[in-house]
Amino acid sequence: MSAVFDIIASAGLWAAVLRIATPLILGTLGALLCERAGVLNLGIEGIMTFGAMIGWLAVYNGADLWTGFLIAAIAGGLFGVLHAALTVTLGLSQHVSGLGVTLFASSFSYYVFRLLVPVAGTPPTITPFQPIHIPGLSDLPFLGQAIFSQTPPTYAAILIALALAYLVFRTPLGLAIRMTGENPHAAEAQGINPMVVRYGAVIAGSALMGMAGAFLTLSAFNSFFPTMVQGRGWICIALVVFASWRPQRALLGALLFAFFDGFQLRLQTALGGVVPYQLFLMIPYVLSIAALAVMARRARVPQALMQPYRRGER
Amino acid sequence: MSTPVLQIENVSKRFGQTLANDNISLSLHKGEIVALLGENGAGKTTLMSILFGHYVPDSGRVMVDGQELPAGRPRAAIRAGIGMVHQHFALAPNLTVLENVTTGTESLWSPRSRRREARAKLLAISERFGLKVDPDARLGDLSVGEQQRVEILKALYNEARILVLDEPTAVLTQIEAERLFATLKDMAAQGLSLIFISHKLDEVMSTADRIVVLRGGRHVAERPASETSKPELAELMVGRAVTRPVREPSEPGDVVLEAAAVTVRIGGVDRLKAVDFRLRAGEVLGIIGVSGNGQAALAQLLSGTAAMAGGDLLLFGQPVGALSVEDVVTAGIGRIPEDRNKDGAIGEMAIWENAILERLSNFSRHGLVDREAGMAFAQTIIDTFDVRGGSPASRIRLLSGGNMQKLILGRNLIDRPRVLIAAQPARGLDEGAVAAVHERILDARRQGTAVLLISEDLDEVMALADRIQAIVGGRLSPPIPAQEASTRKLGLMMAGEWEGETAHAV
Amino acid sequence: MRFERREHRPVALVIATPLIAVAAALAIAGILIAIAGAPVFEAYWNILKGAYGSRLSATETLTRATPLILTGLAAAVAFRARLWNIGGEGQLYLGAITVAWASSHFIGTWPSALQIPALLIMGAVAGMILLLVPLWLRLRFSVDEVVTTLLLNFVAVLVVSMLIDTVLKDPTAFGWPQSQSVADAAMLPKLLARSRLNLGLVIAVVLALVLAFVQSRTVFGIQSRAAGLNPQGAVFAGVPLGRTLVVVACLSGGLAGLAGAVEVMGVKGYVTTDLSPGYGYSGIVVAMLANLNPLGVVVAGLFTATMFVGADGMSRAMGIPSYIADVIVALSLLTMLIAVFFTQYRIRR
Repeated sequence: MSAVFDIIASAGLWAAVLRIATPLILGTLGALLCERAGVLNLGIEGIMTFGAMIGWLAVYNGADLWTGFLIAAIAGGLFGVLHAALTVTLGLSQHVSGLGVTLFASSFSYYVFRLLVPVAGTPPTITPFQPIHIPGLSDLPFLGQAIFSQTPPTYAAILIALALAYLVFRTPLGLAIRMTGENPHAAEAQGINPMVVRYGAVIAGSALMGMAGAFLTLSAFNSFFPTMVQGRGWICIALVVFASWRPQRALLGALLFAFFDGFQLRLQTALGGVVPYQLFLMIPYVLSIAALAVMARRARVPQALMQPYRRGER
Repeated sequence: MSTPVLQIENVSKRFGQTLANDNISLSLHKGEIVALLGENGAGKTTLMSILFGHYVPDSGRVMVDGQELPAGRPRAAIRAGIGMVHQHFALAPNLTVLENVTTGTESLWSPRSRRREARAKLLAISERFGLKVDPDARLGDLSVGEQQRVEILKALYNEARILVLDEPTAVLTQIEAERLFATLKDMAAQGLSLIFISHKLDEVMSTADRIVVLRGGRHVAERPASETSKPELAELMVGRAVTRPVREPSEPGDVVLEAAAVTVRIGGVDRLKAVDFRLRAGEVLGIIGVSGNGQAALAQLLSGTAAMAGGDLLLFGQPVGALSVEDVVTAGIGRIPEDRNKDGAIGEMAIWENAILERLSNFSRHGLVDREAGMAFAQTIIDTFDVRGGSPASRIRLLSGGNMQKLILGRNLIDRPRVLIAAQPARGLDEGAVAAVHERILDARRQGTAVLLISEDLDEVMALADRIQAIVGGRLSPPIPAQEASTRKLGLMMAGEWEGETAHAV
Repeated sequence: MRFERREHRPVALVIATPLIAVAAALAIAGILIAIAGAPVFEAYWNILKGAYGSRLSATETLTRATPLILTGLAAAVAFRARLWNIGGEGQLYLGAITVAWASSHFIGTWPSALQIPALLIMGAVAGMILLLVPLWLRLRFSVDEVVTTLLLNFVAVLVVSMLIDTVLKDPTAFGWPQSQSVADAAMLPKLLARSRLNLGLVIAVVLALVLAFVQSRTVFGIQSRAAGLNPQGAVFAGVPLGRTLVVVACLSGGLAGLAGAVEVMGVKGYVTTDLSPGYGYSGIVVAMLANLNPLGVVVAGLFTATMFVGADGMSRAMGIPSYIADVIVALSLLTMLIAVFFTQYRIRR
């Protein structure tokens, strides 16, 4: 029991929580944005993988870190165009199309990586984002280490979450996105083009997913290896439901999740190998399933989610 | 004569094989109320959808105040002052009234939604036209009549000067319909120009200044309301003297189905509240009511897809508890569902598969389906019930609405069921198909089937039913014999006025 | 530009769609190969040689096709009823570990004629159970099974990893963790001496035939198809939706679990955490290429195996990463979706 208290009382845990949460925040926001417009984007796992790879590759070849981040976002956006073309223009099954994008983006990223980066004994690394020092705040006892010693992308992710919350609920664009996700025919009847809105939301959301992946290789770790995303994309999809499609709740959900993940990592070390480590690693996935079971019926789903919009057809 | 506020010139539109609009021209003057009349499939909604920019016409153009309207863009139509009140409301139940009305009204680049100003504007318009709403209410929580008010306010908020209403009274009670038309007349007096689509002759005669009749996609006639009559309009609509079959008198047989204080709960809400009815062999019991008053629950109960939460149900004299679809079909109860596309058929499956799907046990042995027997059965139905447009192996999706309904009727009636539950059997069908469906129902009645007819069409119920009960807010009125039924009497019953108690409409 | 629904689907077009899809995928992947600086046609020729150029490679291709056919059938059965089983990978692993456990700890001494069927059934049941959890969540809590089956894949692999590290640890294996082996009597007989080709392929093809029969001629077949095409209409017609989906889940999960069992009993004899290079996910592509038709799954499975085995050989010969096979397979899924769309809709100005 004291082990539990020690862990919670350590500033290191909270610093880890924010770090672990960052890709989840960005990924969940990206998926949320797509779904608010009515499109389920199961390409997230693949887009995160590709974003991780391409961001890292850009930096490995001399770009600076923010440029790498941006390139990952653009790559994500391009996969978003692909997914949107399949699901919005052609109206194909969003499930299968998303899975196809994931399979394509992942395999494509491994192919490119293997082609351009020779196999070596130790994987090549780059210098990732460093924690920034905020004068005054970073020197606070406990809080300084816990919250105010993060890398820039983490702070960016939190800002993006707050910005998205404002956008979705307090701007005309946000209302147009929500209406498209609830009833695209109604949106059309008010002069909005649901296809354009869906394309925009999917591209922007996919860009966020790309950034989520890039955080893994440019900040959390410093190298890329296949299967490094480890299902985080799917966890984000579950978190969107858990957050009831609200950006503020997505932020909280990701943090809550990251807390459990960070906690289990430290508990593993504390308990010193008595319990198989795999049980601890299972926790995020099991929690996600539990979160879905709890929230699925209660959450107000955007009513037109998964329904292709075909002009004129009712 | 001043320039018409709206001029539709030579508009044509084709969908695949069908020519939905064939060279139609129509004009509308300021302050005028024009009714667009025609039976199902005549092309009324298509024409108005072109007007509003949902479709692009193949040829022709639309002029508003002398300026040509760019085709296919609802935003251009809105800017030109055209507002549409759709039959299936273009609203989002999860959003509030204010959000529904203000979607798309501000520039998408604007960094902030001006909610206070929007709310004030909405309330002002609401006041001016007497359409009361709560801007912050969640739309899905409102009644159908209130939702329609929001749909209208949406158009007025966008400063519509030309208002198009598509079958506005389809979901309203008599009283609500009267209130709506009073509002429309008031709007016309205030300078708005209105077109409303309808197939109901009564309201068209009493509300419109001018009536335009469409038939088979063509503009066939135009009359000032004061210079025409219902029989003339009916004949213009259908193109020949209208003869819908009417029942001949007969003696009903034994009671086959009896309900006493039956309650049905769906989604935690009592949709059917302690209802009583008795159905006899060889008679048609008509249940009349505006959609949304519990008809769905009643149909689902008797179809085997909803459970009883209270009361007693007796089938052929025996009490029954929970009815499954299998129980219902085996007992010899035929069902015509309200939504033939969603409930009545599996679109991508073949006609023969659809014909036997609900009675697979008759067409299979040891778990193997007897395809030949199934195809033969389907062919018999096709021949006996005059189903056109497909063979047993073709996909049922390819059939027209009327033919699909004939197939659904056929698969139920071919075995002479003892009971037939028919929910809105003639909905969405053209006159020819309606007559065919009615003929089949009366035929079944003649052969001793007990028919429960759930309908929202007064004419249909008065023509076919021997006895009539009204369904209002989940309650059933006591039955009245057909001889006592009149439009007025039924209207009162549908408003909840029957001896002893007053029920409340949804 | 609008899309208009076609009334009739030209039969020739329907048959040609997978071929068109594959051709398009190969063309796009060809661009990637060209960008890598390698001659495209030589690369594809090397893939063919790598898959069929020698007795060894040909038998290897057929061996690799076996789990792909089984996971392909698993996905096809499920998708047809609109049950989105993306958990084939996890179900495969559970089937594999169950077989290893049962044979090394419990029934290893049984004679082949009894042990082999018993193990196959156990492997199938393990897969079934894993899929029934997401199905239950869907029926009871309305949870979309796509995400739950996906998440369970990771859980299943972790369970297998845990068992390999502890209860099922093979003490004689040096370094790389692997499970204890199944008994010799549990290994599937070889179809061809001095190769890895085993009875598993026959089992897979036979199951494909059985499934084709069941889907087109039985009551269950017509009901599950109705459930997938229009669940609401199926309910109205009296199709027992819940029960039907349970049977579908048992078939689908069972087939995927069987894939794992067959992999263990037919090839290596033990389980490692890299037993499956994504067979579960590839199975989905196989199912889609086959248009969910069981007989088509056999052909599509063979095609996919050709790509994987062939690319290994091509990679050794030309230095192009063998991941190109995964790219081709993934692209095939996307091109197949698009091709099927155009058999249903035509373009209108």
